[in-house]
Amino acid sequence: MSSVLDPKKPTTPAPSRGELSSLGDSIAQVGACALFLLAILAAVPKSLRYIKETIRQIWFTGAMSLVIIMTCGLFVGMVLGLQLYYVLSIFGGTAALGTVVSLSLYRELGPVVTALLFAGRAGTSITAEIGLMRATDQIAAMEMMAVDPMAYVAAPRFIAGVIAMPLLACVFNMLGIFGAHLVGVSWLGLDNGTFWSNMTSSVDVWKDVVNGVWKSCAFGAVVALIAVFQGYTTPPTSEGVAYATTRTVVFSSIVVLALDFVMTAFLM
Amino acid sequence: MSDPRPAAAVSPALVEVRGLRTTLGGKVIFDGVDLDIPRGKVAAIMGPSGTGKTTLLRHITGQLAPDAGKIVVDGKNVPSLSRNELFDLREKIGFLFQNSALLTDFTVFENVAFPLRQHMKLPEDLVRNIVLTKLQAVGLRGAAELMPSELSGGMARRVALARAIVRDPMLILYDEPFVGLDPIALNQVLRLIRTLNDTLGITSVLVAHEFAAVSRVADVVYLIAGGKVAASGTPADLARGDSPWTRQFFGGEADGPVPFQYPARDYAQDLGFPASTR
Repeated sequence: MSSVLDPKKPTTPAPSRGELSSLGDSIAQVGACALFLLAILAAVPKSLRYIKETIRQIWFTGAMSLVIIMTCGLFVGMVLGLQLYYVLSIFGGTAALGTVVSLSLYRELGPVVTALLFAGRAGTSITAEIGLMRATDQIAAMEMMAVDPMAYVAAPRFIAGVIAMPLLACVFNMLGIFGAHLVGVSWLGLDNGTFWSNMTSSVDVWKDVVNGVWKSCAFGAVVALIAVFQGYTTPPTSEGVAYATTRTVVFSSIVVLALDFVMTAFLM
Repeated sequence: MSDPRPAAAVSPALVEVRGLRTTLGGKVIFDGVDLDIPRGKVAAIMGPSGTGKTTLLRHITGQLAPDAGKIVVDGKNVPSLSRNELFDLREKIGFLFQNSALLTDFTVFENVAFPLRQHMKLPEDLVRNIVLTKLQAVGLRGAAELMPSELSGGMARRVALARAIVRDPMLILYDEPFVGLDPIALNQVLRLIRTLNDTLGITSVLVAHEFAAVSRVADVVYLIAGGKVAASGTPADLARGDSPWTRQFFGGEADGPVPFQYPARDYAQDLGFPASTR
């Protein structure tokens, strides 16, 4: 890890251990990742010079993920509409469908599912891209041209994750509510006015919508950090890059779900 | 010949290496290397594979810290520089990577323009002129709009060379510049290295195996073997030299101070014969 922060250490990381073999290794990885976060944050002011690169990354991680996010959002909303209509009809409370769907999307499903999709769609490509740049000495070449790769490669992708994730989560929520409306109102015959008025009266902008946005900002930071870290520290071999992309998805999913629990407990 | 510093080093050296010691992965790479790269000269570092020639270049540019010793480049001791000071120094150094290391997302033109764009605020037409001049020098002006994936190995190497010289650095380090070049390109690259040196006074360090090519361009040659400077001098000196190192290396003999075989178990034993039948 010190290799990442310290330019005087070898730029190629230690040979692969394949999977993390012991608890000690895992703890060392977590510590290395935390140090890497500090290094990225330290490089953020410098990376403002490469604002075009950051915008390109927002386009690449954000705009290019729109199709999968919108499709999944629509289907998740439609499934929620069906399932909750069934459950609510047992208690004769189908009028609350709009409320229940939008609360679960804003508070929980929007940020979490978007983060999991983002890890699969954008996180893996970030890891593979940086891993390959490392394997072909492009990172070392930047260092030799006195361009700090932490500022030019790592920080823009991290910032892009923090910016793109909440926007994607909002799009996901929008499509989800549309999907639930499609099922609940257009198909199952709920009253359109009840659906919307119940929703607007019981969803609070600050407590529900903004809390969800905070969550997705945090998830964006975590997923982008893990993706960049895995790419940056991958051994420069084909097997190394393969393991690194897998680890990005696995670790991102675990950390997002764990962090979700912690944040929910605190933001309640 | 026993003095590792050649007579040519009377002018103050741009790169001074003193008592360099490095161990990588338990293997001793350098065990007390002293050498001087004289300012404004072309110096070649030669030696058998695996003697750490590339490692030496990485020490000079601060990509790797040695276990002990001083590496002074332009009056600054590289291992003790901070990251920012190191970047300031690297702005004045051109580096040609063994595998070219072009940025694969950019065209040839943008690759060569990259160092200019990152460090200087130049008007676009000036950037264009500088880049095209450098590409013309390596014979690839016509390839400016190609992507690195469309280049052959030798072409990529020449683009990397154009990128290394685009800011007219004070020191250029070439890691295996002649690999993969056909005789025509080789001739031009040799001439380019010499011209850069003669007209701009750029100091060059070459790491190479091809003694014939090196002897046409280098002022000073260091032969590194066994973790030390085994011989040094002008190419003519070395060609005449009678030390066992030079004789073996330039004669290409398998027997001598440098073992051809990587350290291994007994051959007969490895093949399953009793060791005595050997």
